[in-house]
Amino acid sequence: MSASPFTVTPLVRRNMRRELAARIVLGAMVAAMVLPLLAIIAYLVAKGAPLISLKFLTTNPTHGMREGGIWSALLGTIYLVVIALAVSAPIGVLCAVYLNEYAKDNWLTRIINLAVVNLAGVPSIVHALFGLGAFVLFAGIGRSILAASLTLAIMTLPVIIASTKEALAAVPMSFREACWNVGASRWQTIWSIVLPNSLSGILTGVILQVSRTAGETAPIMFTGAVFFKKIQPGTLFAYSLTDQCMALSMHLYTVTTQVTNAPEPLPYAIALVLLGAVLAVNAASIIVRSLLRSRKKW
Amino acid sequence: MTASQTDNLKRPRMARSTAAIFGERIIELLIRLCGVSAIVFVFGIFLFVLREGAPLIGKLDWTKVLFSQEWYPTSKGNVRYGVGALIVGTLSVTGLAMLFAVPFGIGAAVFVSEFSTGKVKETLKIVIEMLAAIPSIVWGFIGLSVMNRLIQEYLPAPVGLNLLNGAILLALMSVPIIVSIGEDALKAVPDSYREAAMAMGATRWQTVYRVLFPAARNGLLAAALLGVGRAIGETMAVLMATGHAVNIPKSIFDPIRTLTATIAAELGETAVGSDHYRMLFLIGVLLFSITFVVNLLADLAVRGVRKQ
Amino acid sequence: MVNNQPKISVENLRLSYGHREVLHGLSFSVAPKEILGVIGPAQSGKTSLLRCLNRTIDFVSNAFVSGSIRIDGEDVLRTSDVHTLRRKVGMVSPLPVGLPLSVYDNVAFAPRCAGIKNRDELDARVERCLRQAALWDEVKDRLHTLGTKLSGGQQQRLTIARALSHDPEILCLDEFSIAIDPVTTMRIEDVLKELKSHMTILLVTNLVQQARRLADRTMFLWNGEIVELDRTEAIFSNQPRDKRTYDYIHGLFG
Repeated sequence: MSASPFTVTPLVRRNMRRELAARIVLGAMVAAMVLPLLAIIAYLVAKGAPLISLKFLTTNPTHGMREGGIWSALLGTIYLVVIALAVSAPIGVLCAVYLNEYAKDNWLTRIINLAVVNLAGVPSIVHALFGLGAFVLFAGIGRSILAASLTLAIMTLPVIIASTKEALAAVPMSFREACWNVGASRWQTIWSIVLPNSLSGILTGVILQVSRTAGETAPIMFTGAVFFKKIQPGTLFAYSLTDQCMALSMHLYTVTTQVTNAPEPLPYAIALVLLGAVLAVNAASIIVRSLLRSRKKW
Repeated sequence: MTASQTDNLKRPRMARSTAAIFGERIIELLIRLCGVSAIVFVFGIFLFVLREGAPLIGKLDWTKVLFSQEWYPTSKGNVRYGVGALIVGTLSVTGLAMLFAVPFGIGAAVFVSEFSTGKVKETLKIVIEMLAAIPSIVWGFIGLSVMNRLIQEYLPAPVGLNLLNGAILLALMSVPIIVSIGEDALKAVPDSYREAAMAMGATRWQTVYRVLFPAARNGLLAAALLGVGRAIGETMAVLMATGHAVNIPKSIFDPIRTLTATIAAELGETAVGSDHYRMLFLIGVLLFSITFVVNLLADLAVRGVRKQ
Repeated sequence: MVNNQPKISVENLRLSYGHREVLHGLSFSVAPKEILGVIGPAQSGKTSLLRCLNRTIDFVSNAFVSGSIRIDGEDVLRTSDVHTLRRKVGMVSPLPVGLPLSVYDNVAFAPRCAGIKNRDELDARVERCLRQAALWDEVKDRLHTLGTKLSGGQQQRLTIARALSHDPEILCLDEFSIAIDPVTTMRIEDVLKELKSHMTILLVTNLVQQARRLADRTMFLWNGEIVELDRTEAIFSNQPRDKRTYDYIHGLFG
């Protein structure tokens, strides 16, 4: 035994070196993810920002999409997102309510859960094929905002189910039991206690899907989005449900791959608007979450 | 009169209106319907995609289709639907992407879960969420405009749109899902394991690779599998960044083409009901089946975690 | 008492979770306006028994119940209207549960669920129940703060007020004193003595002395069986009929 009981032996020194090395390597791995994100945003801003103005956002594209703005694409994306979520949010929330509040632990529940997991894994291009086969052709809706939105709705459904389920499960079981004990029915319990107290989680999940829906391209390519469409500027109701529409994501694809001699900053500006919108929505969901979390009631 | 009798006189009889009860029945029916909707949609997707492709199934020589690399759907006179090269394209770009994404993703998950606390942890989680939010079309655009030039300039590659380009994009796209699922898996390991290891004098890193990795093995496997599923199904980024050449790659600098990109690129130009159109739907069935199996495996792995 | 019909009569009640039987054929009855104390060690089936009484056992997916429970002659296990049944049976859980609603809404919750909308009626009811639960004076000026922000003892009394809010004829208390201090416990015990004048009380308790203080009769439940059910004085006398009762009461096991 040496003089001090806490002498650093070579073994300990080696372990500490390894610990430091692990910390550095893992940190570098994180940096390898974070830095590209920052670099991409910075690059898009540098290249695209000069072009962005209110006029750019609110005028239609002109001259074979080489000039003018992105209004019709912007509005189209808003239509698609709003309609898609108006369909998928209620269905998704109710499905989660079923799974978390009603379902017994039996084979049907297991199959539903499995279906949700697999629905989440279906590639977006397969959703596009489904939308084309089911909504556009079979249901006879035709290529339209409605068909594209429904396709997007089914795509977002499993994620909304999953996030809602998580939010519902976070409400303590004791609250439900207290309600049942005083004679409240299942639905009364859900409506007055469970849903109000999981609202923040449900909202966060739905808002996150806004950003995902806005960025999708493949599912709308063959179900309702078009390369170019001129709409009446200055009104929010320029599209009707049966119209085809432009969309930001599709517009970016078109300008980068189909339009020759587009001015160089144009695709950067479109990408920046799309990315900015998506990240802004994400930031909003994070703010909503922390805001509501701080007001937690128990 | 006793106390309870006077009470009974004062209190109205408690009963809900018939309308309220009826309304509740309707809502509960609706909830049940929505509950089974997920099953309906999964089957619906499979059936509708299969339905469009089905008439062609009997007409094809399947060994040729699966193993030939000759994809000439629009050739005059000699149409060939060999998806061999497309499958190899998908597998190679997914495989290469996972080679980057799995170690980085799990490394980052460990860092976030075990080596960071408080504000740093919160910030990293937000950044990862942001990374996950970038639309695939933006990734594709970055591949086309930025990565393309970088690869041509700094690497000995003849073209910038190639396997490597697509794989890097796919890696960046699938890392967030690996991190978040991986972190969940590590979080699921009880703290008592960590405390026990630390109490025996283990360093954090020793705890991670001797205790947490074995304990969270299934969850980490699920994370990797979900990353694979994400990468196989990705469309726009690989369509724009991989060069879109039907080709079995010999190096990471060769251009390739994937199953997903083929559908995206060609479906718009086919006539509804044509053989080519049906073939693209059959590729869709193939993709659906592959991702179905991958997700099933991931789910089984996660279930394994819960059982422990 | 004019009425000789028991308030609750239980016959051969068996309950199993999956293949594990936890109640092995209980039979007993409770007279109107009686306090029946139920004592017994953990895992003896006390809580499960209460859950059968108000049918919240239905929410346990693998539970199977047989036998019969009658309240006022009506078969509990086969009734079609569980919500009315649960209103008849007030239930107070071991841990205080303030619902994440205001104090007022906590108490008004059950009447509202039962279809009462009249504001005056609700106000009167809330005040009556809070007074009965000895909580009114402490919360009358802050009826609109969150129920979850009250102290533990106050939340437990809020739980009692909530259980009273739907005019139960039977009140079940499940180890209500487990999470609160002795002073509050004594206050609630006083409340129970008051309530006894117009309701039947089932007092499941982990404190044998509590049963001794309050109960008219006491039941000793052990491993899902009734070891002994008798007048409280008899149970706590030095010669109970079963040695296990003596041992449990005197802290020799359990």
